[in-house]
Amino acid sequence: MAMGFAMLAVWRRNFLVWRRLLGPSLVLNIGEPFLILVGLGFGVGHFIREVGGMSYLDFVASGIIASSAMFTASYEALWSVYTRMVPQRTYEALLATPLGVADIMLGEVLWCATKCTFTGACILLVVSLFGSVHGPGVLLALPVVFVSGVCFASMAMVVTTRARSYDFFSYYLTLFITPMFVFCGVFYPVEVLPPAAAAVAQWLPLTHAIALLRPLVVGQPLTQPLLHFAVLLVYTAASLWVALKFARRRLLV
Amino acid sequence: MISASGLRKSYNGREAVCGVDFSVAAGACAGLLGPNGAGKTTVIRMILGQSPLSGGELAVFGLAMPAAAARVRARTGVVPQLDNLDPDFTAAENLETYARYFGIKAAQFAGRKEALLDFAALGGRGDARIETLSGGMRRRLSIARALVNDPQLIVLDEPTTGLDPQARHLIWARLRRLRQQGKTMLLTTHYMEEAERLCDEVFIMDAGRIIARGAPKELIRRTVEPHVFEVEAAAEAATAAAQAAGARVETVGDVLLAYTAEPEAVAAALKTMAGPGVLRRPASLEDVFLRLTGRGLRD
Ligand SMILES: Nc1ncnc2c1ncn2[C@@H]1O[C@H](COP(=O)(O)OP(=O)(O)OP(=O)(O)O)[C@@H](O)[C@H]1O
Ligand SMILES: [Mg+2]
Repeated sequence: MAMGFAMLAVWRRNFLVWRRLLGPSLVLNIGEPFLILVGLGFGVGHFIREVGGMSYLDFVASGIIASSAMFTASYEALWSVYTRMVPQRTYEALLATPLGVADIMLGEVLWCATKCTFTGACILLVVSLFGSVHGPGVLLALPVVFVSGVCFASMAMVVTTRARSYDFFSYYLTLFITPMFVFCGVFYPVEVLPPAAAAVAQWLPLTHAIALLRPLVVGQPLTQPLLHFAVLLVYTAASLWVALKFARRRLLV
Repeated sequence: MISASGLRKSYNGREAVCGVDFSVAAGACAGLLGPNGAGKTTVIRMILGQSPLSGGELAVFGLAMPAAAARVRARTGVVPQLDNLDPDFTAAENLETYARYFGIKAAQFAGRKEALLDFAALGGRGDARIETLSGGMRRRLSIARALVNDPQLIVLDEPTTGLDPQARHLIWARLRRLRQQGKTMLLTTHYMEEAERLCDEVFIMDAGRIIARGAPKELIRRTVEPHVFEVEAAAEAATAAAQAAGARVETVGDVLLAYTAEPEAVAAALKTMAGPGVLRRPASLEDVFLRLTGRGLRD
């Protein structure tokens, strides 16, 4: 059986389960960014007229799209994948079919990125209601969200395949995800950080996801798009390679 | 269908399977027996390509494992020791999504779905969620799920553990029907009666080795005397009397087991000594099992 097909069977399983919970996930995915944008955009935006050539609302709105992609992909690849792997023993059932470990892992990453693209679309909708979408470049925003989702899901998968319990995820969230949320340019430009911190931020994937997404949403020209894509792809490839090794070691004992 | 030679598996230096040779012919039903921890599930996991071999050779459908895992699993049905049905789906959806993992589309599968649910005596329960099914229903659904790809080989790891007698009989009937259809089967069980009823050949494992093999009837004939007397709460005197009458005696807990080829003498001896609590029966696979694997607790 072709690899692509096997991967899609895993993707489809998750899609069918998720479809039932569409209501709650719509509320979450539209409600949350709406509240953040109202609170931050209008509240903080009242004091800050302009950031990097755009209104503060536009600035935060485009940042939230990227950080939501990061959170959605990470949570799915941490909690949901762990649930399927350990308590639910779904992968054990899958490994009695022609599917292999690589099919399962890639199918999961594909699913995480899909879910995160859906979230991204919801937020874009909210953002456009606030008038923060400028220009046709926004059409490219969703593919970029998808690529970012693949990247963040792959990284989280490294943690999940090694985790011994859900508690393990706190390390990853606190030491990696939250710092990116705070320091990678969601709420203010990375350049305002002390030079050392700004340099570190340049090595983190969220910085590059934002560097791609923000111009696309607010209608500014992209700068160095290939560099930003390359960073996301390198993180993806390295993480997938490690996650697959860990997954094989864990599932094929 | 399956052939293993010198098959070994060790976990962190501890040997779970220490060099076993066996083969299962096409169309046969083979039983893998053994106390807890004997290595039955480990052998099955290697057959399915879920566990790399530590040594030896293993071929399924003539294909070398674990290299051919995907191709072998495409033609195999698996009932795992612990149910791993998908709790996010109903009974029917479980079958449908599982078929999809074999590349079988919903349209192709539509006709078979009801037939499989009926086979599992779950007709009309297709819409039930997994957590609402009883243990026996889940087990039956697991068996139905193992058949979605119309497998040539079916591997069942303790298919009836934890089930009531009715459920067990139903599953036996289904497995016999599958055997009539020409499926090759490999099953593990702790119920010797089950192995005796279903299996053409059994392999008794202990501590990672196969210590006996053969057709159940022949194994009984070879290993133990044909007649058994069981005496509950047996007194020392009863044991002595049985021994004096030429029986080989063993005690399990407070039960005396007297094995003999000459039942009349032993019957007479025990009649005077043990009163009414004497049960006479033919030797069974359980006697073989206990004789070969000892009476102490494992694990
Ligand atoms: N993943 C593992 N890591 C370490 N040891 C293992 C692992 N799986 C099995 N073992 C060990 O291998 C031995 C054989 O286990 P296995 O599960 O194959 O036994 P079994 O015959 O199926 O027993 P049961 O009848 O209880 O199911 C046991 O000693 C067990 O502790
Ligand atoms: Mg077992």
